Amino acid sequence: MNTETLLKVNHLKAYIPSSKGEIKPVNDISFSIKKGEIVALVGESGSGKSVSSLSIMGLNAGAIKYRPDSSILFEGQDLLKLKEKELRKIRGNDIAMIFQDPMSSLNPVHPIGRQIAESIVLHKKVSYKEAKKTALDLLNKVGIPDAERRLNDYPHQLSGGMRQRAMIAIALACNPKLLIADEPTTALDVTIQSQILNLLRDLQKEFGISILLITHDLGVVAETADRVLVMYCGQIVEEGTVEEIFENPQHPYTKGLMDSIPSLYGPSKEILDAIPGVVPNPLELPNGCNFVTRCAFATEKCYEVSPVLEKHSSGTRVSCWNPLTKEALSENDRESAVIVT
Amino acid sequence: MFLKFLLRRLLYVIPMLLITTLIVFSLILLIPGDPVLAMLGDSATHEKVEELRRQLGLDQPVMLQYFHWLNNAIHGDLGRSIFTGQLVDEALMQTLFVTMQLVVVGMIFSIVGGLFFAITSIYFPNSWMDYVARFFGTLGTAIPNFLVAMVLIIFFSLKLNWVPATGFTSIVHEPVSFLQQIILPGFSLSLAGIAVITRHLRSSLMETMDADYVRTAYSKGVSRYQAIFKHSLQNAMLPVVTTIGLLFGTMLGATVVVETIFAIPGMGQLVVNAIGQRDFTIVQGVVLVMIVMVIVINFITDIVYALLDPRIEY
Ligand code: SF4
Repeated sequence: MNTETLLKVNHLKAYIPSSKGEIKPVNDISFSIKKGEIVALVGESGSGKSVSSLSIMGLNAGAIKYRPDSSILFEGQDLLKLKEKELRKIRGNDIAMIFQDPMSSLNPVHPIGRQIAESIVLHKKVSYKEAKKTALDLLNKVGIPDAERRLNDYPHQLSGGMRQRAMIAIALACNPKLLIADEPTTALDVTIQSQILNLLRDLQKEFGISILLITHDLGVVAETADRVLVMYCGQIVEEGTVEEIFENPQHPYTKGLMDSIPSLYGPSKEILDAIPGVVPNPLELPNGCNFVTRCAFATEKCYEVSPVLEKHSSGTRVSCWNPLTKEALSENDRESAVIVT
Repeated sequence: MFLKFLLRRLLYVIPMLLITTLIVFSLILLIPGDPVLAMLGDSATHEKVEELRRQLGLDQPVMLQYFHWLNNAIHGDLGRSIFTGQLVDEALMQTLFVTMQLVVVGMIFSIVGGLFFAITSIYFPNSWMDYVARFFGTLGTAIPNFLVAMVLIIFFSLKLNWVPATGFTSIVHEPVSFLQQIILPGFSLSLAGIAVITRHLRSSLMETMDADYVRTAYSKGVSRYQAIFKHSLQNAMLPVVTTIGLLFGTMLGATVVVETIFAIPGMGQLVVNAIGQRDFTIVQGVVLVMIVMVIVINFITDIVYALLDPRIEY
């Protein structure tokens, strides 16, 4: 694998000024993505994962502002400082995105082929006719059977899985370097989910694209990603390789997410261990650790001082005063954390 | 497929036509006043009145009169004007073309104006253009068209003397004076239409601009302009097409007022006079034509809708 860094997010802080106080959907996160790497950004809804990904695209709603010291370096260029016009040249060309619900994300009144060709014509100096030809190739590549005919089909004529494949074809139209996949399988049937994930992985291998996979589902992560970032309340609480995280989740939140995966292989549990409580109101975050209201391992210190994301002996980064150890894990239900591959 | 759709449509139309013509027929007879008296004057003898009544078939029961009319209408005979003796279909032909010119101009103004205001307001949100569009969208429906007509006449004809206040020249005879004379009535007729389309399209566009597929378009690198025109507009137009179709009917009704004010010899004027004279063969004919036109427009609306939205199947 190439070790060159493609994307580097530094101290990204996104905030929404409001009369009741500031909301900070993303509160100082830093991470990077190497070339050809699949990085998963995991968290519940409201954790700030979508705002983070849309920041990279420059597609957040106008109400969301960035602190001046935030930067998102893509091949050394700070995306946050670019003008809209310059960003447009990058969107769809160097960085492409696929979304959660392929039905609503495809334009219902345009044929699939046209929607793919549009991207190509926007960024490459080719005729519409040539773009259509490329579109056909792309449809074949993403595994849509009978591609020739599908080119003229409208989104409603395709099945859910085929629609997401078509979305991927649109995203790949200009050979992007980075693909942001925002919950790409959440709206799909379980059987289709793994097909789409396999497709993403194959495409990553074939084209060497880097993928930022946004999901709430650690099962998806296990199947696809190289590295994992776990977000909670706008902050990264744990980071590590998939192996590390699944072997030894150190942050209690990560452990909680892990326990809520229904395991296909492990012994089936009657009730999935969900994380107790709810995500705190962004306007009333607790003092100290954001997770303290739901954490079973909280100590006094947690209520007073916020933990910082620190590198731990194992090489992972975790932001917790009482990180869980492997030994502690093996004592209770170890089987639930068994890696699913 | 399409033929089936057409036939199904026609099946709906027939009972609709029967019911509306029957209602109109009875309503006319309910209006106080007698066409025969209107023709002969107050001094006519009783015998003369009765005789004319019999000649016109007015002595028969209403239902029978209606069926008589219907039977003739089906055979293409709409009868003669009770008052002038002119063939009804002839009178209709003459006036229909005039009214159609007026309505078409009104529709063009409404659609062009509505699209313009709605799109600029979305393209420049919170700009003065946006406020003008929003203001206009509310105001336009609140002002009655006769008031608009009179203000326009006072200002552009009497004060500025730019265009004639009244009169009409058919487009086929003299296009230039047609344009001069149609501008004011066309605008009076379309003000409400512009407002309705502006408001509806604006809110529809606002919705589609937030749609996921527009976000997808942005993620491909399109500009705001392209997002509106290539992705948002066609989707936003779908519900508006129905509004435009309905607008046509409203506008047809409004011609009655506008034609009277601007002295345009169209169907509106014809029917106003006919009602005054209890000339119900004419009234019935006009109503028939208007209903048929509304039905035809509904039909066209459906076809346009199906063209814009590939999800619709006949
Ligand atoms: S810092 Fe404390 S409260 Fe926060 S996750 Fe760690 S143990 Fe739980």
